[in-house]
Amino acid sequence: MAMFLSTKDIETMESKMKVWSLLLALCLLASSVQAQLAVRADTLYTMNGAPIQNGVVLIRNGKIEQVGPAEAVRIPEGYRVLEASVVTPGLIDAHSVVGLAGILNYAHDQDQLDTSDPIQPELRAIDAYNARERLVAWVRRFGVTTLHTGHGPGAVISGQTMLVKTHGETVEEALIDSVATVAATLGPMVRRYFRSPGTRAKAVAMLRAALLKAQAYRRKLQAEDPTRRPDPDLKMETLVRVLDGEIPLMITAQRVPEIMAALRLQREFGFRLILDGAAEAYLVLDAIKAAGVPVILHPTMVRPRGETVNATLETAARLHAAGIPFAFQSGFESYVPKTRVVLFEAAMAVANGLPRVAALEALTIQAARILGIDDRVGSLAPGKDADLVLFDGDPFEYTTRVCGVIIDGEPVQQTCH
Amino acid sequence: MRVFWWLLLLMPGLLYGQEQPLVFRGARLYPISQPPIDRGVLVVQHGKIVAVGKEGEVAIPEAATIYDVEGKVIMPGLVDTHSHIGRVEGGDRSAPLHPAVRTLDAIDVRHSSVQRARAGGITTVNVMSGSGHLLSGQTVYLKLRKGNTIEDLLYCKDPLKEICGGLKMANGTNPQGDPPFPGTRAKAAALVRQQFLKALAYRRKIEQAKGDPEKMPARDLDMEALLEVLDGRRVVHFHTHRHDDILTVLRLKREFGFRVVLHHVSEAWKVADEIAAAGVPCSIIILDAPGGKLEAVDLRMENGAALEKAGVDVAIHTDDLITDSRWFLRAAALAVRAGMSPEKALEALTLAGARMLDLADRIGSLEPGKDADFIILSGDPLSVYTHVEQTWVEGQKVFDRADPENRKYAVGGIGVFDDGDVFVHEGH
Repeated sequence: MAMFLSTKDIETMESKMKVWSLLLALCLLASSVQAQLAVRADTLYTMNGAPIQNGVVLIRNGKIEQVGPAEAVRIPEGYRVLEASVVTPGLIDAHSVVGLAGILNYAHDQDQLDTSDPIQPELRAIDAYNARERLVAWVRRFGVTTLHTGHGPGAVISGQTMLVKTHGETVEEALIDSVATVAATLGPMVRRYFRSPGTRAKAVAMLRAALLKAQAYRRKLQAEDPTRRPDPDLKMETLVRVLDGEIPLMITAQRVPEIMAALRLQREFGFRLILDGAAEAYLVLDAIKAAGVPVILHPTMVRPRGETVNATLETAARLHAAGIPFAFQSGFESYVPKTRVVLFEAAMAVANGLPRVAALEALTIQAARILGIDDRVGSLAPGKDADLVLFDGDPFEYTTRVCGVIIDGEPVQQTCH
Repeated sequence: MRVFWWLLLLMPGLLYGQEQPLVFRGARLYPISQPPIDRGVLVVQHGKIVAVGKEGEVAIPEAATIYDVEGKVIMPGLVDTHSHIGRVEGGDRSAPLHPAVRTLDAIDVRHSSVQRARAGGITTVNVMSGSGHLLSGQTVYLKLRKGNTIEDLLYCKDPLKEICGGLKMANGTNPQGDPPFPGTRAKAAALVRQQFLKALAYRRKIEQAKGDPEKMPARDLDMEALLEVLDGRRVVHFHTHRHDDILTVLRLKREFGFRVVLHHVSEAWKVADEIAAAGVPCSIIILDAPGGKLEAVDLRMENGAALEKAGVDVAIHTDDLITDSRWFLRAAALAVRAGMSPEKALEALTLAGARMLDLADRIGSLEPGKDADFIILSGDPLSVYTHVEQTWVEGQKVFDRADPENRKYAVGGIGVFDDGDVFVHEGH
């Protein structure tokens, strides 16, 4: 199976791939009304019950039609059949900046953080997402079909995040949900980009002040006399939606003081909190568990420096053991690699004590629940989006390859990586 | 009483000279220099490998300490041809070329990054300064023995008399900057050529002096280091990414005849045949995604496979902390995922790197007479589920995952790596 590639081979492959994708596009165009697909797997992880040996998924018009063991699911005439050793639901990268942050570390290619103001909840992710960014295709080749991406860490409130599929030529085509969370950051990282807040405590005070102001704005909105209602204010409107529990506040908090400050803020204002990063979560598992807050854990292979200096490879296993819902993220890299790959981060967690099924859950249905899209993605069940990943072996093994990615019933990748 | 004193005198010898033979029995051995051996035996004494072979075919010495390692895998200690552990520093911003600067004067061997490397199974490291200069300094080859000072870890016996490493050079965008740094690629090449021409003139003066101290040129540390390079005694480790920058290195090599290893070589797959024709080895990096800078957007995981196919000698490096020393094995596995053969990928972590550091007579494979540097793994070297259980250097155990004080360097935790920041950013 080993492929020995020269430049010419790669170029030939690329041109072949182009021909293939052209043919595929033509086929899909011709049959887009009746796109029917059957995927058969030696092991089918539906994430909706136990794995099925020799399982089949039927796909019709972009949605999952039927799931079950081969002996129980008849593949109708006219369905194109794809086969793989292991099939899982499409993977979810639960926190990324890909699409806003491009492949180059140059200012013109990095749109995940505006530093003109430390509190900017009004910044929309959809206004800055490049659906054709090379990194989108990069994470897709390793099975990521849903990206939670948007404004990055680094500001007290950096802006909004959104949910997209990793296909489509425009943000509109890719979009699942234009406003997924409002992204906040606590801790010394903010000091790198802003003169104020210059301390941790100041950042918390600024966040509290902003939320108090939004509470006042909300009260004024309810004034009976329309002339007494405040002028529209994008910042305040977004924060009111956070206070109303409509949009979660995702707070990046790596060290214990930040994690505890985030939980304290949540108690004070009652918003829906998602803890992000949480490198030192293993020190305060009880507090996180008691608060009932989910965690989008830092990449397992995060560098042990700065705010993540105390990160461990076993935190995912410990969150799981404590019964705290969590998901994996590619995070944000200021240098290289320009994105991480959640499949690889989960694999490293499995190698360090996280049960395999728990890791698959964190990559799929658990991430979908945390992000509020489990009605559409995260498991293979009738009626859900037909997002699937085809592997030629154990998904977590380094040398296993992703040999197929299907998004909304479309095979978007059929080469092995 | 007399016997007691004799025993005491012998103690250090027992501890450090490892007089008693050690036998590791039952593991699957990857000698690298020959195909894997199931149920193998490795015999070690006086810091050297005494025997390697199949169980039943290797004589077990008397009075040997026997380790039953059935179900485990033993392979040579890993060789990292490009790392920045030990909080290494090189030249400063006063000039783009610093041939006289020795990294061995600025490495903290007690830093947690060194223990992190041992936890990853690395036993030999080429510690280099960064790529923000055309020539940032002399690199140093370290053996990760347990030691308190850099002297304890050196390969060379005496840094005052011997060459202890290579020379770090770089082209492409990292060394670019305001004067005196080059603003363009052509300027960078011109600055390097001028420096080597100066060294050739220096050599002529020495030759013309014919040993007469009166006529000898004044000692010049920069020129001395470059002469070592021109004489082929010191290897150039050249950071380069884009295909045309790679060809520039090959052109410089042709002009001055130095021995060179290409490092990173992101676009090597575009010029693999040219690299092969020049007979130059490559030490590559495997990253989880391409990009960062323009010259690295075409980095491919298939690089190792493409170079192997072209017949180029390939090593893999960590560039720690660009990738973490703890998962050095993973880099080889990802190269295999992208088409490299498992045999060549494992060689790229060991013997190939040893060749590039001129150390293949001592390390890189399990062969009688070589240093007893090896690692004990829980399973297949290319599997994600495999852990480095023990790391041995010259017959001494330097990392043991079963010991919590060691294990923490493999998995992390409070304060484990909090002893000063590590080198990450290249360039400026």
